[in-house]
Amino acid sequence: MDPQTIIAKRIARELQDGMLVNLGIGIPTLVANYVPDGIKVYFQSENGLIGTGPMAEEGMEQPLLTDAGGRPVTALPGAATFDSAMSFCFIRGGHVDMTVLGGLQVDANGLLANWMIPGKMVPGMGGAMDLVSGARHVIVAMQHTAKGKPKILEACTLPLTSVRPVDLVVTEMAVIAFPDGRATLVETGPGVSVDQVVAATEAKLVLPDKIPAMRV
Amino acid sequence: MKTVSVKDAVALIPDGASLMIGGFMAVGTPERVIDEIVRQGKRNLTVIANDTAMPGRGIGKLVSAGLVGRTIASHIGLNPETQKQMIDGRMQVDLVPQGTLIERIRAGGAGLGGILTPTGVGTVVEQGKQRIEVGGKIYLLETPLQADFALIHAFLADYAGNLSYALTGRNFNPVMALAGKTTIVSVEHIVPIGLIAPDHVVTPAPLVDYLVTNG
Repeated sequence: MDPQTIIAKRIARELQDGMLVNLGIGIPTLVANYVPDGIKVYFQSENGLIGTGPMAEEGMEQPLLTDAGGRPVTALPGAATFDSAMSFCFIRGGHVDMTVLGGLQVDANGLLANWMIPGKMVPGMGGAMDLVSGARHVIVAMQHTAKGKPKILEACTLPLTSVRPVDLVVTEMAVIAFPDGRATLVETGPGVSVDQVVAATEAKLVLPDKIPAMRV
Repeated sequence: MKTVSVKDAVALIPDGASLMIGGFMAVGTPERVIDEIVRQGKRNLTVIANDTAMPGRGIGKLVSAGLVGRTIASHIGLNPETQKQMIDGRMQVDLVPQGTLIERIRAGGAGLGGILTPTGVGTVVEQGKQRIEVGGKIYLLETPLQADFALIHAFLADYAGNLSYALTGRNFNPVMALAGKTTIVSVEHIVPIGLIAPDHVVTPAPLVDYLVTNG
């Protein structure tokens, strides 16, 4: 299983029936492919859609129906559309149960940097700052390292997305939570040892007595 | 409301004007109006919009033509040309969190002195802004935005100028329709009065100054 699939499948297990969920671009989008059987969740696209469905099949695209990445999607039965002010009322107002976002860096206290690399990449924050500030549960989906360098650091060196800590970080090597505000290794990835996770992580991880393997 | 050709509508816009332009990654953007702005070569424009789309679509056409001096947006990541002009110093770009941007526009159109938001507290977005504590929670004071023109795209307009939108083409449009000194609207279809039921009108006709005719 490739890293992206491992991450998406593991995050999908956090979904609960009836949740309103906002998925960011990239790995987070893949989570929608693995919604567990028997539960229904609503996906929000912050450009103004709740009830976002799969990509439109070829020849059935509607130019006025896209996700926040501009891709032609479908709307599921019961979908609703609205303007951007309403969309961010959902996001800031605590009505979005879960958001899954990509990450550049996460620090030992769960603070996320995911919107710019000064001098190199300045795409803008889009809705990320509002999502991290306002969603009830924030999950970061990212590969554990970038070109062999740790992304989970003692302190972020890149500009922060929010001072509100995230709740969970899921990589292909580990699931990290922040009980008591400290990065804690709660699961290891398929075929990965605790020592390997520690070696690939700059932040000092809290290591509980029992660290189960990720089920994906 | 006056009906007007796209050529005459764009002729109203002077060089140096500030434009709020509806759309999200060019979905729900008044494409014909944009094409005419490029044709007439309006210069040194300030664009307030969610994003600068991508090269060859929507606001991306204004950027590629070198007509934009300043952009206020939440995202420019899909338009490398915007990033290039920003880095070269040819365009000033102010990045604003998306939820803050739409609320600043709403404040500008709603007669409010600004809004208080928790988004951006403790980040670079806070620089130069006033912190205000309400009920023990910290917020940033974000000021209202207005523009000389709001360029709106809707799905339907009736002969009176009432507007309704389709699917995700709505996005920033109905909020911007409140915040421009002059509102210019293009639509997919112009229909008789009564076809848009009162309950389905999203932007009422008195907000529309000019409706761009077909052809």
